[in-house]
Amino acid sequence: MGRVSETTRPARVEARGWGWRHAGRKRTALDRIDLVVSPGERVLLLGPSGSGKSTLLHALAGVHGGAEEGEEFGSLLIDGEWPGAVRGRASLVLQDPDSQVILARVGDDVAFGCENLGIPRDEIWPRARRALDEVGLDLPLDHSTSALSGGQKQRLALAGALAMGPGLLLLDEPTANLDPAGVHEVRQAVARTLDRTGATFVVVEHRVDVWIDLVTRVVVLGRDGRLIADGEPQEVISTQRDTLLAAGVWVPGVPPAVSAARPVPAASVVDLEGIGLAIGRRSDAVVRSDLSLALPRAASTVLTGPNGAGKSTLALTMGGLLPPLGGRVRASEALARGLKTDPIRWRSRELLSRIGTVFQEPEHQFVASTVHRELEVAPRALGLDAATTARRTREVLERLGLDRLAEANPFTLSGGEQRRLTVGCALVSQPGVVILDEPTFGQDRLTWIELVTLLRGLVDEGTTLLSVSHDAAYLDALGDQHLDLGSDALRMEAAA
Amino acid sequence: MIATQRLHLVDRVNPVSRLAAAMLLTTPLLLTVDWVSAAVALGVQLVLFAMAGVTPRVLIARGWPILIAAPIAGLSMLLYGQPEGTEYWSFWLARITDGSIELAVAVTVRVLAIGLPAVLLFMNVDPTELADGLAQIAKLPSRFVLGALAGARLVGLFMEDWRAMALSRRARGIGDHGVVRRFATMAFALLVLAIRRGSKLATAMEARGFGSDHPRTWARESRVGWPDALLLCIAVAIAVLAISCAVWAGTFHAVWA
Repeated sequence: MGRVSETTRPARVEARGWGWRHAGRKRTALDRIDLVVSPGERVLLLGPSGSGKSTLLHALAGVHGGAEEGEEFGSLLIDGEWPGAVRGRASLVLQDPDSQVILARVGDDVAFGCENLGIPRDEIWPRARRALDEVGLDLPLDHSTSALSGGQKQRLALAGALAMGPGLLLLDEPTANLDPAGVHEVRQAVARTLDRTGATFVVVEHRVDVWIDLVTRVVVLGRDGRLIADGEPQEVISTQRDTLLAAGVWVPGVPPAVSAARPVPAASVVDLEGIGLAIGRRSDAVVRSDLSLALPRAASTVLTGPNGAGKSTLALTMGGLLPPLGGRVRASEALARGLKTDPIRWRSRELLSRIGTVFQEPEHQFVASTVHRELEVAPRALGLDAATTARRTREVLERLGLDRLAEANPFTLSGGEQRRLTVGCALVSQPGVVILDEPTFGQDRLTWIELVTLLRGLVDEGTTLLSVSHDAAYLDALGDQHLDLGSDALRMEAAA
Repeated sequence: MIATQRLHLVDRVNPVSRLAAAMLLTTPLLLTVDWVSAAVALGVQLVLFAMAGVTPRVLIARGWPILIAAPIAGLSMLLYGQPEGTEYWSFWLARITDGSIELAVAVTVRVLAIGLPAVLLFMNVDPTELADGLAQIAKLPSRFVLGALAGARLVGLFMEDWRAMALSRRARGIGDHGVVRRFATMAFALLVLAIRRGSKLATAMEARGFGSDHPRTWARESRVGWPDALLLCIAVAIAVLAISCAVWAGTFHAVWA
């Protein structure tokens, strides 16, 4: 096993006047970058969305295709060579845990990169075992990869990258889609690895506090794709504070400027309640039972709990999308407006103006070819006249700052824009209750503040809110009522 | 879930050899439409599979689609097959005759003789092992084989996507549409998602050095040995025996004749 660590020699990165323009775009994603990263340096790369951070990482990993994907300027070298020519010197872990699992078994998945590098068979398995050890995945080699949590999948991807024995480890927002426990797991695994291998390290991330203690250098890219700051971490963070905040970076010690959650008045009317609920996505698989909860009108409720506790399932059940497997969901008479009080028995069109649900994955919800048409879906389904439809969609476009993008295809928007659009699609039908699943996953600080401010505004106007979230800052801002599915509180409430 | 049933011999054979054995065994049976060859082949197969450890329960659990398809194929032959000899019953286009009865039996037995070995030989095949075999033994291009293997794993994700999309359509107020229209719009959306997932997966694979011109190694060796040779011999022997019996009995009836 000693051989594995001996093969790892930290890589040197050198960019001279380097730039990249994606095929079909006018503007260069990155422009005249001059950057030297010495062997063993650990760099945190910051910048606003669209500043080309990922583009730089992909280029270093050698995964940019040839001329058909874009145009390259200047030179970008690893150990003096073109990255595509030294595949395996750099390895890259991406943001989305699901799309990085390649094979069905844990061991095979880790071995995949080694096989591609042409490493002899008898050397691959010790490497794979060692890499799994290092990321703290204590699983048999034939364990199924589909049964892993998000944090485990990211650590598996990291193990796959480590087994290749890279001199340069590249991470592209590796924790953006993870809950706090997952973030911690991945960070610890990376720290252990770097301490052992001494590999050169470049990470892109919005959340500075996760990596600040681990890195030796911070590099900031500007909105125009040029390098604007480079230096010792604490120094760059303090001198570039305002630039970073304007770029949407979560600067440590600067909490987002939003008002705090406020207590729910004791005499609040309940808009929607779950009584002795049993929940599950399939009728033969009950995830939780005996859940009782009430959503007070014009207040915001935040539902927290560990992975797999059934938070999303509970939200979908409350939203009238999944049938309760036991107990019932009851809407107030004011919310039901003449219909039966069980939301699951409402028609899709009836649900629209009563309960709006925003899913975790924006791309699951898009049904139209432009942002504007996407917003018109609900008014059309409700049979609103043309004038009202136009007025409401215009209002929502302006309110969410999407008017500039009205004719864009929803799939081409950034993550933050997609999220705002899905919220807008729910708002346009003016439901009394809005339910959101992980609304702040992967959001930078600016879009986070916009979203939280918007939601607080809705509550002030009388909307009842239920959100599923892992985000502590979100809970501070919108947890007027806090329900924790991890504790037995919801059960005890039922018992009382 | 059906508990995995271990099989003697077959389990020790490389998936690629199993594929070859299934083809060697069934291709000759496609050349003739008589009941003797099919019955001989089916009889020998059933005895051998029983010896390998296929119990009637496993046979039903694994082979039920074939067990249902065979009599249905037979029934259509019985009613609509080429009329010949004595007619026993008729209704509009349907006629049951000596000829159609013989054809019905031949087709039923033949579907079983071709379908059952295919299903049972592939009973415990692991997709990863099959891919290893196709690349290392059959020498198919590794890019193609591994791309297909990794892509096939996405199917599970697509099923989750589909469920989430169905729920989101209800939430968006368009869940009351007719089934056909909803299916069409969801199928299109899934296609878009599939392309996006596919390109992300391709990037993840490239990031691990996949697709370079460098020759790759294989962490799992795909091997063939005497069990493979034995299975292939058995397959050929059954095919030869079945066709010989048909010729000897004078029932051989080539499909092109």
